[in-house]
Amino acid sequence: MASVTIEPTAARDLAAKGGKPQRLAPNYWPFVVPALVVIGAVIVFPWVFTLWMSVNSWTLGQEQTFAGLDNYIRLAGDMRFWESMWHTLVYTALSVIAPLILGTLAALIFDGEFPLRGFLRGVFVMPMMATPVAIALVWTMMFHPQLGVLNYLLSLVGIGAQEWIYNQSTVIPALVLVETWQWTPLIMLIVLGGLAAVPREPYESAEIDGANAWQKFRYLTLPMIAPFLMIGVIIRSIDAVKSFDIIYAMTQGGPGTASETINIYLYNTAFSYYDIGYGSAMAVVFFFVIIALSFVLMMVRARTNWSDMEER
Amino acid sequence: MIPKMTHRMWNRLGLFFVALVMISPVILFFVWMISLSLKYEIDNGAYPPILIPENIAWSNYAKVFEENNFLLYFWNSILVTGAATILALVIGVPAGYGIARLKAEKAAMVIMIARMTPGLSFLIPLFLLFQWMNLLGTLWPQIIIHLVVTVPIVVWIMIGYFETTPKELEEAASIDGATSWQVFRLVALPIAKPGIVVAFILAVIFSWNNFVFGIVLASRETRTLPVAVYNMLSFEQVSWGPLAAAALIVTLPVLVLTMFAQKQIVAGLTAGAVKGG
Repeated sequence: MASVTIEPTAARDLAAKGGKPQRLAPNYWPFVVPALVVIGAVIVFPWVFTLWMSVNSWTLGQEQTFAGLDNYIRLAGDMRFWESMWHTLVYTALSVIAPLILGTLAALIFDGEFPLRGFLRGVFVMPMMATPVAIALVWTMMFHPQLGVLNYLLSLVGIGAQEWIYNQSTVIPALVLVETWQWTPLIMLIVLGGLAAVPREPYESAEIDGANAWQKFRYLTLPMIAPFLMIGVIIRSIDAVKSFDIIYAMTQGGPGTASETINIYLYNTAFSYYDIGYGSAMAVVFFFVIIALSFVLMMVRARTNWSDMEER
Repeated sequence: MIPKMTHRMWNRLGLFFVALVMISPVILFFVWMISLSLKYEIDNGAYPPILIPENIAWSNYAKVFEENNFLLYFWNSILVTGAATILALVIGVPAGYGIARLKAEKAAMVIMIARMTPGLSFLIPLFLLFQWMNLLGTLWPQIIIHLVVTVPIVVWIMIGYFETTPKELEEAASIDGATSWQVFRLVALPIAKPGIVVAFILAVIFSWNNFVFGIVLASRETRTLPVAVYNMLSFEQVSWGPLAAAALIVTLPVLVLTMFAQKQIVAGLTAGAVKGG
């Protein structure tokens, strides 16, 4: 039987042929099994294997020996690891706050009506989808202290030349600048979704009461978009903690180790020093940091929703 | 009446200019990227910087393809992204359907955790596995590991989508004696087309852009474009023109896709899509 299209009536005929029409209990598991196999192989197996490797001492090319918790103990006393934790924290905090403020501002603007709105929004969204490595290389050229266009632009407004990613004290803010440039649109999209659901009436009565723009934002808009901001914070935090491409392509953690985040240190340990066991222990800790982070954020989120409901 | 009208028009115009200022960093960046890619070294090293050069260096683009094997890397990228996306759709769309209908919260949870886990943590064990299986040097390791990115994103978006499609039609078909597979294939799947398009586009973009898997797993012949453009930086005397041209070539397909599929991308990303990987 070549390609049969079964419409409801045809299906009924089919069923009729097989005797009395009986309802098949739909079995959905066969749909899920192939994905379970693949996820087991490429996601769950690596998790388990990493956990196993983390209690072994193994540098590629040498003997593998069981080491118990040695790797974790070494990690606890590793200053470079704690430093990378600190860098990750600073990088993440800045990469959440800056896009959050700018993204909310952008959403308030794009919520209005003006010519070419759709097109401009499309342009604004482009950095988010652009290939991070390609973007990073161009930013590297723009950050160049002598020939870079950024220092030239600063000189036009009378600000002295900066060393951007070439200086230990400015490298993280410079990287955050790129991260902010890339991911502010995501916050904008999320907040725009929130603004679309905001009712008109409270604003009208607030206007009658003589509220100014800031008061309207502070007391009407902000509480109503708060849950959306929280979603933005969650997504942005998880993404920023994991950030790799931009940092690696622009500084590889340098100058020195000034921009070495956990992810970069993990990469160096496992694939520059081939210290597989130690790298795995780091991966396990990193994994739990991210899971813990997302649980904390989700709890905070649940709380904000709850208090919102109480107020209403 | 008339003053009110003009007032509104001024408002809209004002907002337009504010929006323009807001997106100016994006415009400036891409304009400068194009400018860099079209200038000879002399112009790229000039101070003050030149935006539009007298002599346009189209040769930068030719150089990228001539000197760096870029055609091969472009093809590699297409194979890796294409295979990883198609496999993810074949596996992930039915899975999203099954999970949504089963209301399998735990399975959904695994998918979500998978999407939050850093790509690097999959890389150590899979790297060892590929080495042991003697697959390094082929494109297979990259195709397989890109599934780490594409499968969860497809499943995640499809769970969300199938949760919104009506169950009544499916139930009617199954009362009429259609098998589970027929219900899925002939009733659920056609309705889900917009969701599948969103999943496809995001899987393509995130796979195409992926860099971390490539720097570990790719050899000279199996590089994808992001790795190739990064290697131009580290192994050659850096000349800005060809480098910017290469960067533009790498990211142009994605930017074009973004422009044409803006609606789908916005829908997918606001459905709670984390980058993954």
